[in-house]
Amino acid sequence: MRSPFFATPPATTMPDAAAYALRLGDDALVLSHRLAEWVAHAPELEEDVALANISLDLLGQARALLAYAGAVEGAGRDEDALAYLRDDRAFTNMQLVELPRGDFGLTIARQLLFSTYQRMLYARLAASSDETLAGIAAKAEKEVAYHVDHATQWTLRLGEGTAGSHARMRAGLVAVWPYADELFEADPLTDRLAAEGVGVDPSCLRGEWDAAVDGVLREATLERPEVRPAAGGGRRGLHTEHLGHLLAEMQSLHRAHPGVTW
Amino acid sequence: MNRSDWPLWEVFVRARRGLSHQHVGSLHAPDAAMALRNARDVYTRRNEGVSIWVVPAAAIHASSPDEKDPFFTPAADKVYRHPTFYPVPEGVEHL
Repeated sequence: MRSPFFATPPATTMPDAAAYALRLGDDALVLSHRLAEWVAHAPELEEDVALANISLDLLGQARALLAYAGAVEGAGRDEDALAYLRDDRAFTNMQLVELPRGDFGLTIARQLLFSTYQRMLYARLAASSDETLAGIAAKAEKEVAYHVDHATQWTLRLGEGTAGSHARMRAGLVAVWPYADELFEADPLTDRLAAEGVGVDPSCLRGEWDAAVDGVLREATLERPEVRPAAGGGRRGLHTEHLGHLLAEMQSLHRAHPGVTW
Repeated sequence: MNRSDWPLWEVFVRARRGLSHQHVGSLHAPDAAMALRNARDVYTRRNEGVSIWVVPAAAIHASSPDEKDPFFTPAADKVYRHPTFYPVPEGVEHL
């Protein structure tokens, strides 16, 4: 019997720059969907709007990155084909972004970890020798600066709020922290692209990220949880059980009605 | 947190430099910093503004509808109080 965990990931013939844009685009697309799930469920109407705005920022980044990946690949796949017609094993997002939205504490914990990382990544990618990637990153970095601020403000308030909000924020950090290491995992693709000045070596972000996140947690009277790292592998198409369910919902309309518009 | 714990804030947005802040609506937020951020998300995501003020709604003292006559009607029949006898130079906006 073929176990999905040991099967060879689908062979990719994508050029490096396309595979790289696809990774970053998949991160943005999947997290965008998770945040959109909050619409009409957030603790307050104002927060509904805030999370939807962040979701739409990420969706815009995903569209630009997936469209570019498709263009560089040159196989006729547009942003819709990449978003809606790939199965979970072909998605190369990191696992952190696919975890279920959980409660508001978990969502804010994930936003803090991911947005802080993404801002540092985009700030460096804005200097990429690939003009399209540099342009996308420079525009997105301004958006993500706000996402970092939003997550930071809420981490401070939940951490320093009531015993209940503190406990939920701590539980959120415990749930997402095992997936933090994957943010900084370099592999042959990022090694090649970093050497060419096209991409960013994610491992070089770790020190700055640790300092930034630790600073917020300290001010919020929270601590970095002691947890074992998850197995990871999202960049290689290995995902948690949750991604398939997310894609089933996200892709169902396009798959049932290919090319539908309204 | 109980919704009633979040105070109401009035939001004022300046559309561009040179104009004054205009009242655009209100929202709930736990404190001033979050009120500013919520106002940004609720009221300025379509290029509506360059500056935001938020004011606790409780800090606003309003005139009463009952006082409408003594407050406002005496101005209606005194045409000499209105600067309608001056030509306005061309090109002056927002006067």
